[in-house]
Amino acid sequence: MQAVTQVTTEFVKQYWAPLLCGFAIVAILPLIVGYVVLVERKIMADMQARLGPMRVGPHGLLQPIADAVKLLIKEDIIPEDADKLVFWLAPVLSVGAALLAMAGLAIGPAFQIAKDINIGILFVVGVSALGIFGIVLGGWASNSHYSLIGALRSSAQLVSYETAAGMALVSGLLFAGTLNVTSIVQAQYDQGIWFGLLAPVAFFTYLVASIAETNRAPFDLPEAESELVAGYMTEFSGFRWSLYFLAEYTNMIVVASVATTLFLGGWLRPFPRTHWLDFLDFLPMVLMTGIGIYGLLRVPKQPARVQQLFMLAVAGMCFAAAFVLAAPVLIPFFKSSLIAAVKPYHDGILGGFWFIFKVSLYIYFFMWLRFTLPRYRFDQLMRLGWHFLIPLSIINVLVIGVAMILGSHFHLEGWQLLLTTIPASVLALIIALFILNAEQKSEPQRASGDASDTYA
Amino acid sequence: MLDQVIFYLFSAVAVAGAILTVTRRNVVHSAIFLITALLATAGIFLQLRAEFLFIVQIILYVGGIMVLFVFVIMLVNLDVAVRQLRFARQKWVALLISLALAAQVGLMLWSTGKMPGQGVPVLSAVPADKLPPNSEEVAKSLFSSYLLPFEIASVLLLVAMIGAVVMAKRRA
Repeated sequence: MQAVTQVTTEFVKQYWAPLLCGFAIVAILPLIVGYVVLVERKIMADMQARLGPMRVGPHGLLQPIADAVKLLIKEDIIPEDADKLVFWLAPVLSVGAALLAMAGLAIGPAFQIAKDINIGILFVVGVSALGIFGIVLGGWASNSHYSLIGALRSSAQLVSYETAAGMALVSGLLFAGTLNVTSIVQAQYDQGIWFGLLAPVAFFTYLVASIAETNRAPFDLPEAESELVAGYMTEFSGFRWSLYFLAEYTNMIVVASVATTLFLGGWLRPFPRTHWLDFLDFLPMVLMTGIGIYGLLRVPKQPARVQQLFMLAVAGMCFAAAFVLAAPVLIPFFKSSLIAAVKPYHDGILGGFWFIFKVSLYIYFFMWLRFTLPRYRFDQLMRLGWHFLIPLSIINVLVIGVAMILGSHFHLEGWQLLLTTIPASVLALIIALFILNAEQKSEPQRASGDASDTYA
Repeated sequence: MLDQVIFYLFSAVAVAGAILTVTRRNVVHSAIFLITALLATAGIFLQLRAEFLFIVQIILYVGGIMVLFVFVIMLVNLDVAVRQLRFARQKWVALLISLALAAQVGLMLWSTGKMPGQGVPVLSAVPADKLPPNSEEVAKSLFSSYLLPFEIASVLLLVAMIGAVVMAKRRA
């Protein structure tokens, strides 16, 4: 008994900070995901000239809460012939992998659960890839044809696109020279340029592959509702279904964070070393105040008294956020002696803002694509992956390496490196298109229902 | 103390997973337990501060090979496999091999401390932040002292890959 308490206290003493951060993420993430879903529905409504959810709370602001309550009290159905244990395990696996991957991310210079792990990006990519077992096993365990086909499609899709995504990451990592998340962002600060600009082809490849990996439209074949009902999650209902949903959106946040860290400069603001752009530090504060004022203006237009009060509360929260964001920027103006003391908070809060801002932009792009493009056919998806993206990313690694050697030979640094990497990227694109073209000529368009269509 | 508890936890999970892998009737359950065993082994790697090995184990074995395993399991007809007799043909060979392996491990444990430079190496405990960066060290040793084995392994994998492509092309 004494040994147990000793081990427990030792554990808590050593790891209380990461444990706390972990609890925070597990507690807050479902809420964030709920609001991402609301934003998605609102954007979809806007693009389709509708209003979207408007009933619960002002402008539907409480809709995620209502949805969560509905999902929790829904009947939990397990099919008769399902493999009960695996059916129970599968959604948990999906969510667990997605949440675990969040541990390796650094949201701003201050907030990271697993501090400075040497394998950084690899950890995030590798662990989030485990979520596929949740999908495959869930599809198998439900003992349904739709589910099984959805699961098979999903695993084929993930295995093919993971290669492309991994090679794209390698091109970016060549510039960073390290896997550590913090050092990658620091390298972008030192070189004064985002790696997404140095390796645009790699960024593009990762963008497409990450959409495919998160099963988002136009690559959402594992859950193509017009052909497979809901794919691998056909038989899941209520809370289990919501776990899959949580995993999917968490994965979106994870891939967006990886892309932000490696290609979009992480928590650095645009042009972090140009001092006449320092006024950008005020942008977060101004933005939040603006949203708050807009909320205040909308208060009298709310139909019910409760909704008016809620809108007031939202505006108040925006002002509070603006205050928090303003404090580190404004305090040094009044007391210059405080600069050193305030510096860590300054970097932490503003860095967090920029990181979340970039992640939001990336996710907005996902949604935009979803409402714009029609779904791919399965053989088209495989063709795109194997015949175009994988050769493209491999060639890109090669030419980017050559470009870097040329760059160091001519002593190019930072922005000057663009002189070699841009022609290299164009070259990679041309070669890949040439390969794709040659492939299509040698192999005339096969009708669907052929060998490549086995799992469609 | 804490280190020991974590180590024995991972070891127990790995051994239990391995045993369940070979004793389950259902192939998918076997695959799940194999994944468990592999993940527990990865945990032990991590505890030994071999971070790179840990993530390679997860990405390659669990994320790559096991996904393909499960994929194939779902494509083949499982009912036949369930009815087949197991543990029949290679009983004695398996016993022989496992005895040889046990003898080897036992010899290594026995010779610890008896002769210099043999047996289990006892490393001095270095604090985590003083260790050299793991993946960089792996890369250095891989591309300097072990360059030839590395290249041979690469060529082997390339040959296997080309062979697979050729065989798949012939079928279609």
